[in-house]
Amino acid sequence: MSARWATLIILAVIIGTIPWFFPSGFYFRVAALIWVTALAAVGLQILMGQAGQVSLGHAGFVGIGAYTMALGPKLLGLDVLLCLPLGAAIAGCVAFVVGRPILRLKGHYLAVATLGFGMLVTMVLVNEVALTGGPDGIRIPRPELLGWRIRGGETFYWITGGALLIGVWIALNLQASPSGRALAALHDSEVAARTVGIDVAAHKLRAFVIAAVYGSVAGGLLALMNGFVTPDAAGFLASIEYVTMVVIGGLASVPGAVVGAALLVLLPQTLTFLHEYEQAVIGLLIMLFMIFLRAGIVPGLAALLRRRPA
Amino acid sequence: MTGRSDALLSAENIGISFGGLRALDGVGFAARAGEILAIIGPNGAGKTTLFNIVSGLYRATEGRITLDGKDVTQAPPHRLAALGLSRTFQNLQVFFRMTALENVMAGRHLREGSSLFADLFRLPRARRANAATRDAAMALLEEVGLADKAELPAGSLPYGALKRLEIARALATNPRVLLLDEPAAGCNPVETEEIDRLIAQVAARGVAVVLIEHDMKLVMRISRHVVVLNQGRMLAEGTPEQVRTNPEVIAAYLGTHGVKEASLA
Repeated sequence: MSARWATLIILAVIIGTIPWFFPSGFYFRVAALIWVTALAAVGLQILMGQAGQVSLGHAGFVGIGAYTMALGPKLLGLDVLLCLPLGAAIAGCVAFVVGRPILRLKGHYLAVATLGFGMLVTMVLVNEVALTGGPDGIRIPRPELLGWRIRGGETFYWITGGALLIGVWIALNLQASPSGRALAALHDSEVAARTVGIDVAAHKLRAFVIAAVYGSVAGGLLALMNGFVTPDAAGFLASIEYVTMVVIGGLASVPGAVVGAALLVLLPQTLTFLHEYEQAVIGLLIMLFMIFLRAGIVPGLAALLRRRPA
Repeated sequence: MTGRSDALLSAENIGISFGGLRALDGVGFAARAGEILAIIGPNGAGKTTLFNIVSGLYRATEGRITLDGKDVTQAPPHRLAALGLSRTFQNLQVFFRMTALENVMAGRHLREGSSLFADLFRLPRARRANAATRDAAMALLEEVGLADKAELPAGSLPYGALKRLEIARALATNPRVLLLDEPAAGCNPVETEEIDRLIAQVAARGVAVVLIEHDMKLVMRISRHVVVLNQGRMLAEGTPEQVRTNPEVIAAYLGTHGVKEASLA
């Protein structure tokens, strides 16, 4: 069995069985939050881990997806569920337009440019009060499918879990495919990639668009689940958190992004007893993880296991 | 030089300046199918710069490059690769995070009949493309003698093996013109001999090989034609015999030791 299938089966088993251990309905909400956050992080892993292009504006696309769920019904009278693919299409188009000029930049310059994009999205969401509700946020209509009202933590648990499973499947497919190999090649040496015929600019742009679509779908699901969205979903802090998830889980690893997301969603929930020291302890833990598992949690632990065969 | 018309790759009157520095001026060569052309000259003569221009990484300030009769002076590297030009690098440009096999598989990029959509959803087309690429890459690794290292990370291979890995990756594009930048640099005599044999094999298949090399024995043994550069200009060109006995070449580059080395070939 390939590592690809093993990853998918393990993830499916986790999603399928952990509800048995939930002491209360509240945990469905926390786990669903992990699954949507992980979906956004997996998208960023394609861009950062596979193609090697940094983005400090990923939450901008999450915001586009989330606000489409509110504005589609409000402005166009669309069914809110239709707004999920619509948001993905908008995010993809925005990424295509924005990505063309900024992906020519490398390293720190690209980081700053993507940062600027994220700030731009947040500014629009905060300032266009009449449209977006400003800093207070905006309500999302309750979704309905064939007369069935989609609601409740448990329902969203299964929807987001299924979406994550599909997202991970696609990311793993890409990684093992000719297109994924082209991304890995330009990640290692752009010069060599170009001389074997890889159109580096086009492949970077594809990765950027794919990441944006992941972010948008995750944002849309998050908005549906919460019934509400604020500009924080698109904010700088959120972008930094996605980057941290991908790096801490292991840049090269798709499941690493899921583990990183789980950790960053769970830590604040489990460390609440520390009160004002909570953030400091989270920061410290992130530093320790980076010092002791530099390649990230998943690749780091995999290497440890290989060194000590059972 | 006579008979440029039958050249597969020709560079004419190439010039480039970096800031105020004239790195190349009036340089040219013509490579024919099935022949090995060597470019030699002292360090800093502009040999690698010439390769970078011909392979599309740099834009020449003057001059014209044609590939199979088509003007490709402004073509970017990936277009040139599609037209059949491939190269290796003096300072290795290996995909270090990939395995040896994956490196060569990446070289098959243009031959893979897959699409992004098929790749994302793992459609049969993507799987077939992957399998075909793997087989072709494996055959090339066998050809350069690295089949047993296929699954090792490229970063763990010794220098000589990486030189051959780059050649395999370049061959994976099915080139009609192959530019080799010091393929034998840093290799021991046995490895040099293997590379020598490999280059001759490639040329015998009808590929035009252009070679930058400092190993005079190798150059004199396998090249049909030699171009000598010095300080960004053409110093001499001709058959290995003509170049070896050219007094200017001896003074600027070969020296007395070089002449001895060259005559040993």
